[in-house]
Amino acid sequence: MTLTLENITKTVGGETHIDDVSMTLEPGSFNVLLGRTLAGKTTLMRIMAGLEPPTKGRILVDNADVTGMAVQKRNVAMVYQQFINYPSMNVFDNIASPLKLQGVDKAEIEKRVRSTAELMHIEHLLDRLPQELSGGQQQRTAMARAMVKDCKLLLLDEPLVNLDYKLREELREEIPNLLAERDTIVVYATTEPMEALLLGGKCAVMHEGRMTQFGPTTEVYHNPASVKTGLIFSDPPINLVEAEVRDGAIFMKSGHQVPLKGHLANLSNGDYTLGIRANHLSVDPTGDDTIAMQGQVELAEITGSETFVHVHFNDVSWVIQEEGVHNPRLGEATQFYVDPTRLFAFDANGALVAAPPVEISNGKAA
Amino acid sequence: MNKITNNKAWFLVLPVFFIVAISAIIPLMTVVNYSVQDIFDPQTRFFVGTEWFEQVLGDSRLHDALLRQIFYTLSVLFIEIPLGIAVALTLPRKGWGVSASMVLLALPLLIPWNVVGTIWQIFGRADIGLGGYVINLMGIDYNYAQNPMDAWLTVLVMDVWHWTSLIVLLCYAGLRSIPDAYYQAAKIDGASRWAVFRFIQLPKMQSVLVIGVLLRFMDSFMIYTEPFVLTGGGPGNATTFLSQFLTRMAVGQFDLGPAAAFSLVYFLIILLVCWVFYTVVMNAGKQGEQ
Repeated sequence: MTLTLENITKTVGGETHIDDVSMTLEPGSFNVLLGRTLAGKTTLMRIMAGLEPPTKGRILVDNADVTGMAVQKRNVAMVYQQFINYPSMNVFDNIASPLKLQGVDKAEIEKRVRSTAELMHIEHLLDRLPQELSGGQQQRTAMARAMVKDCKLLLLDEPLVNLDYKLREELREEIPNLLAERDTIVVYATTEPMEALLLGGKCAVMHEGRMTQFGPTTEVYHNPASVKTGLIFSDPPINLVEAEVRDGAIFMKSGHQVPLKGHLANLSNGDYTLGIRANHLSVDPTGDDTIAMQGQVELAEITGSETFVHVHFNDVSWVIQEEGVHNPRLGEATQFYVDPTRLFAFDANGALVAAPPVEISNGKAA
Repeated sequence: MNKITNNKAWFLVLPVFFIVAISAIIPLMTVVNYSVQDIFDPQTRFFVGTEWFEQVLGDSRLHDALLRQIFYTLSVLFIEIPLGIAVALTLPRKGWGVSASMVLLALPLLIPWNVVGTIWQIFGRADIGLGGYVINLMGIDYNYAQNPMDAWLTVLVMDVWHWTSLIVLLCYAGLRSIPDAYYQAAKIDGASRWAVFRFIQLPKMQSVLVIGVLLRFMDSFMIYTEPFVLTGGGPGNATTFLSQFLTRMAVGQFDLGPAAAFSLVYFLIILLVCWVFYTVVMNAGKQGEQ
């Protein structure tokens, strides 16, 4: 089926939770809803499911209006951030519950529950109770419950948030494969840009109830249509600096100068916002054209094999992503380099006017 | 091997030791002391072994009181638990109604036992009490001072009025702790109202219900003040529950030996029932429907 949202708006008590969202989800597509907490991802999913009606707008399934239709009749399934299973039923009965309510016959239930459980690698846990399972197993059970009934729309609301790192990686890899051969529309909400990139498919970026961009995930990542999208679809958020183009060069408000060439060559005179992702800043010069800048180290976060160095200069705060574990002294002045071929340029209204060409074969694209 | 011991730690345990000794162990041992001796005065006492226990356990009046007590406690539980759950399910989940109903429900819990007794004693009177007057007006001959059944029912209604709120509040707390996503998931599945109650709400309320049942069992099994204020255990022996019986024996007749023996038996019954109930429910919770 094709799911179409037409100008969906949702206001609750005078507060706008969803603001004029329109999108079309193709059959069998994998769609990521990317946005920070309170961006409206969950509300939008609840509206897609039919758990709550939109204040304005229409929901169409294969061009038929289903806006007011009750959730039970929509053939949807949803997986939540919390591990939601019936506490007094064992895993088998939990997975079987939607089928039982649909009146599927017993042998068929048995067969489908077992095959779904196998798919989720929980076939050996079928007679356990949810509380006897680990978090990962509980979430696998909840996902099996959602997948067993061959729904037309599968909503996954940050399903991996409450799992530990290893399990999250494991399931994150499995999920797109598990769903690849179905004609189910999958909608997956997440706050993490990394997760969106790993999951692929299409990506809708949400910000304060508005959808800022919708398109193939990698395309959205490489060409964020606005500053907002760039901030949301970068972790850490894209580094920004105000700049002005005049006299054939770009002058950053921080006092640095960038030549007008490459993808930036066509910028006309005026005010711009420049953006650069943390992984394109470096403490070592990476090429001949790199621009040297000085800043004060405010903070260094070590995450795994990378270090995020927060620097401050001329009222601007940036984050540099460095390979390896570094321990710069806080408050110390440091030199770092901007690669001008990786700069995004946004106009005064925040719309993208120039994006760096897509890097072919590089390890740092994500 | 060379484990370092620090005997100063014992000083930290001492306060607890004293408190437990004074509040529990010494009084209990005093009762044990009385239960195996016939004491006339501090100088004149005889060891009687298990004689008092035999006498108490063979007492048919006590058997009657025990049966009355069991029947009463079961009635209390069978009314208060389902009623409490039902009321909790109908309470509002948000808005001003929440605080209003909380205050209303908490009111009976704040009233002391003997005041509850007095309230209902006056309320139930046919001449000056509103309740008793209305019931008689409807043509029902109601008089708790003369009719044993009426007295028994009055004590029961009194307890239901006084303590159902406790179950309601416990269940309400349990219900409020269920994340909204459970209800959504059930809705998506198309589960019925009954299925939501049976498979989500009831299992999620299990732990608070265990506490509720235990509290109501212990409390109602030891009921004393209400029947004492209402009719003093009468008419006849209609509302003479175990506590009334015990008090009559110990304070009224000053039979300290049998009273002590009976106290110990009473104590053991409560302990045993609670332990069995708790173990059974907790195991059932673990094994579920395996």
